[in-house]
Amino acid sequence: MSDAVHPMPIHYNDAVVKKFVIATMFWGVVAFLVGVVIASQLAWPQLNLGLSFTNFGRLRPVHTSGAIFAFGGSALFGTSFYIVQRTCRARLFGGEAMANFIFWGYQFFIVMAALSYVMGYSQGQEYAEPEWHLDLWLTVVWVCYGIVFIGTVMMREEPHIYVANWFFMAFILTIAVLHLGNNLAMPVSLFTAKSYNVASGVQNAMIQWWYGHNAVGFFLTAGFLGMMYYFIPKASGRPVYSYRISIVHFWSLVFMYIWAGPHHLHWTALPDWTQTLGMAFSIMLWMPSWGGMINGIMTLSGAWDKLRTDPGLRFSVTAVGFYGMSTFEGPVMSIRDVNALSHYTDWGIGHVHSGALGWVAFITFGALYYLIPVLWKREDLYSRKLASWHFWIATLGIVFYITSMWVAGIMQGLMWRAYDTFGFLQYSFSESVSAVHPYYVIRMLGGVLFLSGMLIMVYNMIMTVRSPSTARRAALPADVAMAGV
Amino acid sequence: MFIRHETIEKNAFLLLVLTLLVISIGGIVEVIPLFTIETTVEHVTGVRPYTPLESRGRDIYVREGCYTCHSQMIRALRDEVERYGHYSIAAESMYDHPFQWGSKRIGPDLARVGGKYSNDWHYAHLINAQSVVPESLMPHYAFLAQNRLELDDLTKRLKAQRMVGVPYTDDQIANAQADLRAQADPNADQVGLLKRYPKAVPVGNGGVVTEIDALIAYLQVLGTMVNFADPANEDLRQ
Repeated sequence: MSDAVHPMPIHYNDAVVKKFVIATMFWGVVAFLVGVVIASQLAWPQLNLGLSFTNFGRLRPVHTSGAIFAFGGSALFGTSFYIVQRTCRARLFGGEAMANFIFWGYQFFIVMAALSYVMGYSQGQEYAEPEWHLDLWLTVVWVCYGIVFIGTVMMREEPHIYVANWFFMAFILTIAVLHLGNNLAMPVSLFTAKSYNVASGVQNAMIQWWYGHNAVGFFLTAGFLGMMYYFIPKASGRPVYSYRISIVHFWSLVFMYIWAGPHHLHWTALPDWTQTLGMAFSIMLWMPSWGGMINGIMTLSGAWDKLRTDPGLRFSVTAVGFYGMSTFEGPVMSIRDVNALSHYTDWGIGHVHSGALGWVAFITFGALYYLIPVLWKREDLYSRKLASWHFWIATLGIVFYITSMWVAGIMQGLMWRAYDTFGFLQYSFSESVSAVHPYYVIRMLGGVLFLSGMLIMVYNMIMTVRSPSTARRAALPADVAMAGV
Repeated sequence: MFIRHETIEKNAFLLLVLTLLVISIGGIVEVIPLFTIETTVEHVTGVRPYTPLESRGRDIYVREGCYTCHSQMIRALRDEVERYGHYSIAAESMYDHPFQWGSKRIGPDLARVGGKYSNDWHYAHLINAQSVVPESLMPHYAFLAQNRLELDDLTKRLKAQRMVGVPYTDDQIANAQADLRAQADPNADQVGLLKRYPKAVPVGNGGVVTEIDALIAYLQVLGTMVNFADPANEDLRQ
């Protein structure tokens, strides 16, 4: 059956992919901008303005949800819909209406979540702040996403399911499980946007970090690995380096990530046995993570020269480098004695951003630079030079960000535990607050650079889309095209 | 003995089921025992549900995202115990829906802030933190002193917490409004309040109850419920 030649080429649903691509860029600008605002508030607290809806406590979830769920989520929806259709040689299951419902339903969720935070509605659990009614809405959208994605895989013409789709399926499935598990809550009433989580204290903490760490593991890692497994081979024109590594690192990654949550709770009231399990699995997780990194980077064997000419590929490969770096740093920080120093400090913030900016955002930029000329049927980017500027400005921004946070974080950790010669604590807490001020300014500048790079990309993309299309020419008979119509 | 991977990657259903199995194991092993192992939450005396005013203060703490800058979990490390007090134990947050242990200290830990400062200090600090701590990065919360505390759904809020396991008695729920007003007025008769909720700290001035009163009542009870000097809590002593 699959040997039969198609009488007609498959018409992929690229309209929904285009929508998500635009949303990704829009939310990227918003999330990075809010990041710069709250980073500035930490450097100069007057910028909180004393208004309820401009205070750091309410804006910080806007930044985190904006970066993870709005920017990262839109990128995952868009690229997964693009990839699953190509690798299965099937049009998106469920038709136009379902795909559009997922797009608008998800955008509605994002806007409502952001508004609810600034208006003072929050569950008070990190990365799971939306209240119960929004959680229910997201569940509906997510189930539709699962149906469309898995439906498309079921309808495939290719006998094998491509490795990128294993990761996307694991991501969709696990996020559903985590979302339901962590958000079980009792609303005050049907008409009140306030609820109390069913779990409390230590159990609530464990469930939250089972969720929180696997939002990293499955949303920000497995999903984006799916992206890596399609766009790096495509852009470099080389097959995936090792099929065997793909298999081994996929199964070990999805198995081990789930255990890593307790490393967010070292030395706390969580029982020691749980902390030890979390630490052990976090260290083991280094291997499957680096398996993915090796598989991504080695795919370039024989095509390294393309890094000089293809700015999109340069983003993707640098992303995998940052992925390797932050998945090495993570296991180190999960060691209980390292964590005694690093926890509660800005080291954690630096670590998160080497992953979020270096891995998640860069792999997304690589995908967008590849996708936009393809989706809008343009010959090339408007300007490769601008894309290069974006790359270097953004990279410099990340360097500013993570180095300043390393210094600030380790300094905080050391100051908090320093003793003077009489055996008293040497520094008051407020001294540690004053000491990090210069690093908070540097971090803010790093954010400004990263945001500037993003704005350059948006300009480049708009100009690419506005440049003349190559599609019509190709579709017309040769003689007409030559006549210059 | 092993199935070939080709079999899995040609069958979407099988791939999904195996993935679900593989991702379930870790969560089951780490989460379920915390509900069943007896010693996970210590048996101590003194931990009680929050008073209606403290509970409303906690809602405001959650609403304003205080957890984005303040932890409520003193780790079992020498310097933390010397800086903040006895390390936090699980029993102290057993009625916290949700927990607010936090993950970042832009400001100091608050697990034992209760009783360390006067109500007046907290009032001044919340209105303008820099007026009492010049180095502080904390936003100004003057608007909390302007906002009248919403009380219409007070009993619904306590009942919702009772549904998820906070042992509010019928007596406590029936007297919710009276207890709240008694705690917000230092001149009021507090006998009933203190009988139902030992160690409740009176706040405010007896006028209109505002959000800042509720938040201060909550801050003043943090970390004060368990008496670590009590012989009943002997085996927890450092």
